[in-house]
Amino acid sequence: MTAEARTGVPPMVLAEGVHKRFGRLEVLRGIDLAVQRSEVMCVIGPSGSGKSTFLRCINHLEQINAGRLYVDGVLVGYRQRGDKLYELRESEVAQQRIGVGMVFQHFNLFPHMTALGNVVEAPLRVKKESKREVHERARALLDRVGLADKADSYPSQLSGGQQQRVAIARALAMRPKLMLFDEPTSALDPELVGEVLDVMRGLAETGMTMVVVTHEMGFAREVGDELVFMDAGVVVEAGPPREVLANPQHERTRSFLSKVL
Amino acid sequence: MTAPPDTAPRAATVPPEDIKAVPVRHPWRWVSVAVLGLLVAMLVNSIVTNDAYRWGTVGKYLFDQRLSRGALVTLELTVVAMALGVALGVVLAVMRLSPNPILTSVAWVYLWVFRGTPVYTQLVFWGLISVLYPQLGFGVPFGPEFASFQTTQLITFFVAAVIGLSLNEAAYMAEIVRAGILSVSEGQTEAAAALGMRRGHIMRRIVLPQAMRVIIPPTGNELISMLKTTSLVIAVPLTTDLYSSAREIGIRLFQPLPLLICAAIWYLAITSVLMVGQYYLERHFARGSQRSLPLTPLQKLRRRLGGSPGGREARAAPHVPLGGGGGERAGGGGL
Repeated sequence: MTAEARTGVPPMVLAEGVHKRFGRLEVLRGIDLAVQRSEVMCVIGPSGSGKSTFLRCINHLEQINAGRLYVDGVLVGYRQRGDKLYELRESEVAQQRIGVGMVFQHFNLFPHMTALGNVVEAPLRVKKESKREVHERARALLDRVGLADKADSYPSQLSGGQQQRVAIARALAMRPKLMLFDEPTSALDPELVGEVLDVMRGLAETGMTMVVVTHEMGFAREVGDELVFMDAGVVVEAGPPREVLANPQHERTRSFLSKVL
Repeated sequence: MTAPPDTAPRAATVPPEDIKAVPVRHPWRWVSVAVLGLLVAMLVNSIVTNDAYRWGTVGKYLFDQRLSRGALVTLELTVVAMALGVALGVVLAVMRLSPNPILTSVAWVYLWVFRGTPVYTQLVFWGLISVLYPQLGFGVPFGPEFASFQTTQLITFFVAAVIGLSLNEAAYMAEIVRAGILSVSEGQTEAAAALGMRRGHIMRRIVLPQAMRVIIPPTGNELISMLKTTSLVIAVPLTTDLYSSAREIGIRLFQPLPLLICAAIWYLAITSVLMVGQYYLERHFARGSQRSLPLTPLQKLRRRLGGSPGGREARAAPHVPLGGGGGERAGGGGL
């Protein structure tokens, strides 16, 4: 049963009963979700609720133990032939990841490369695009995140907010169809959060499909199309952000929101 | 260091007067200087006045052609064995960290054997390899042979010495490289994987360049250690290296000590050159890990000779403060 069977156009991300265990610890206990094209889905929840793990499953940084996960209608990490699932080879997994950009809490820029070097590395050496075109595009992306003058700086010479904006440019350089954000502002000084959220808001306006794990309720309310509250490995509540935030249906959601709002 | 005027609009117009305080005195430093000075004077006196050192002989043979040729052989052995050792060490380290259990165990057994036996024994073994295998050939396993060679022709004493030294070195380098690879945070690998890079690419372009900062200092030690370990190749026996050459001349003259000093001076000279090389290599790979690199001794000298009287300022010179634009942290220092 694939996604097309239901809606015609497959959603960008479709999760059906996704389970994930680390040893005996069950982190995801049956996640069912769909992220439509050009939709911004914000995922909130207490730490340990599995929201980051779910995000990492979407681009196969973690392998799921049960259920099915599709990106753009294609099964993540496996090939299905008949009733049997076959694990994908490393090269095939890498190929799948090209279409999915990811931004991490701790930026994870490559410290031995300049900002520009970080952005051009994958397009040049993974996609093997022409050097001139990639450099042009990389400079345009750095300009778009407001860092045109920092192209030749090393990450250690940039502030946290600037590093995160370079990380966003780096992910965008691969022309992904889906962007995953794993608490992109949690490691930032409060005064630097805004500049990163501004870039993300701009990206959402261009119609990029985004899944954002965040604690920024303001961002979720203004930019998000869908808000998902997770706790203990399950989706407790989901809906339009304004409704969920203003009128939570579940007790667990209410108590969480009362602490963070 | 005063803040740039545009970022500190409220700074006083008159710069405050610097504090003038009496610095802390260090009387024990002067005492230790006196004691050390006395000891050094005694040592120098004995070295100069004791005829048994035979400084004349040292001076006569220091630049003897046999010694400089020996030094060249030692240098060749060092460079070739080290290069092979590093290459094989990287391979072994990657094997040990690979998810493939067969590769991991092969690397482990290699380390077990080559770290567990003395290098002297290994050198003797490679010298005697022709006893075990008088002929070496290429061909189908258990089938016909296409070409075969006398082992003694293929593996000369020099080649045996290189094999012995490099295989032993690889075992140590493997652990150094492994430590370096493990020092790079997992986030780097994940970020690279998320961009669609594959394992080989991640290792080559992302992990190893960062691991270099951890790998190079102990590798410098290994190189210098290798230079001195080459004096053991007499076990093979290879007798054309620096130590053996000096020993041979010394025995012939019945004056082993002065020739030993000659050899020591050569070793020390080569080691010094290698240390300078290591310094600049470490600087190269520190790129991106520090906001601004410290000056090299040469740059410091140049500043002191041609520069301003304010030596302190030169040393504290920060790199360009983080420029304009929204939401920067203020100022360059103290971050």
